[in-house]
Amino acid sequence: MKARVTVTLKTGILDPQGKAIEGALRSLGVEGVTAVRQGKVFDIELEGADKGKAEALLKQAADKLLANTVIENYRVEVLG
Amino acid sequence: MNSAVLVFPGINRERDMARTLALTSGRQPTMVWHAERELPAGTDLVVIPGGFSYGDYLRCGAIAARAPIMDAVRAYAANGGLVLGVCNGFQILCEAGLLPGVLMRNENLRFICHDVFLRVERSDTPFTRGYNAGQVIRVPVAHGEGNYIADGETIARLEGEGRVIFRYCSPDGMVDPNWNHNGAINAIAGIASERGNVLGMMPHPENHVEAAIGSTDGRGLFAGLAEALARAA
Repeated sequence: MKARVTVTLKTGILDPQGKAIEGALRSLGVEGVTAVRQGKVFDIELEGADKGKAEALLKQAADKLLANTVIENYRVEVLG
Repeated sequence: MNSAVLVFPGINRERDMARTLALTSGRQPTMVWHAERELPAGTDLVVIPGGFSYGDYLRCGAIAARAPIMDAVRAYAANGGLVLGVCNGFQILCEAGLLPGVLMRNENLRFICHDVFLRVERSDTPFTRGYNAGQVIRVPVAHGEGNYIADGETIARLEGEGRVIFRYCSPDGMVDPNWNHNGAINAIAGIASERGNVLGMMPHPENHVEAAIGSTDGRGLFAGLAEALARAA
């Protein structure tokens, strides 16, 4: 089973890397970008076929390691 | 002072730290590998040195914070044992939940590597008894991710409970955005745990303990610790 965990910065947390990317896009002439926030994507392969179990396991992975919930939110998707 | 210095893959300041601990306390520390499950018996100070544990993969300090030895450090801290984390050690303590908040990428995105001035906010802690409150010390920093942040409630608690121990400042001790090198909230350079037995700081006091280097301002921290432990013994 394939799954994806997406980790993003919480609203209000300053993102210096996102700001730098935003500036670089502007200097490349990519117009109309008003904000960039950088995050992380984890593509994960799992044993078994139980979707509920997979979601619980991914939540555990995110809480224990993949995300720092002080500053980050995460979203879990089982892609089948 | 029976100190234990934790060693993780990618840490690179453990020898500086061990040298300083030996110089200031007269006793060689024990180096403890991350895969150990127990601290040496009789340890009265645990030090997590600086470096780039696990290459800063995922988030700085994130993987080291989950190493087997950290369960022993958590138990040791819960019993009131003294823990000092410097630079990557501070990041590891935050990721391990032993200190609140997190160290983000420096505001100017640069790796900063030079001397800074710190204001010692209080002298009544085991880590700062070698200084006077308000004293300004000069010590080096070397980090890309030292921009301390926590939620508003946590910051208010840290400030209210006097747990901000070091702040970046000007040479005459003024807190000023121009001297807050990494953009840390309230110019925070070091904080203590609720019980005051765990200290995390980004600068490297261990690198300023010998006159040959040009400054001995870091010595007070280690000499003060050795004295505090000698008194307690």
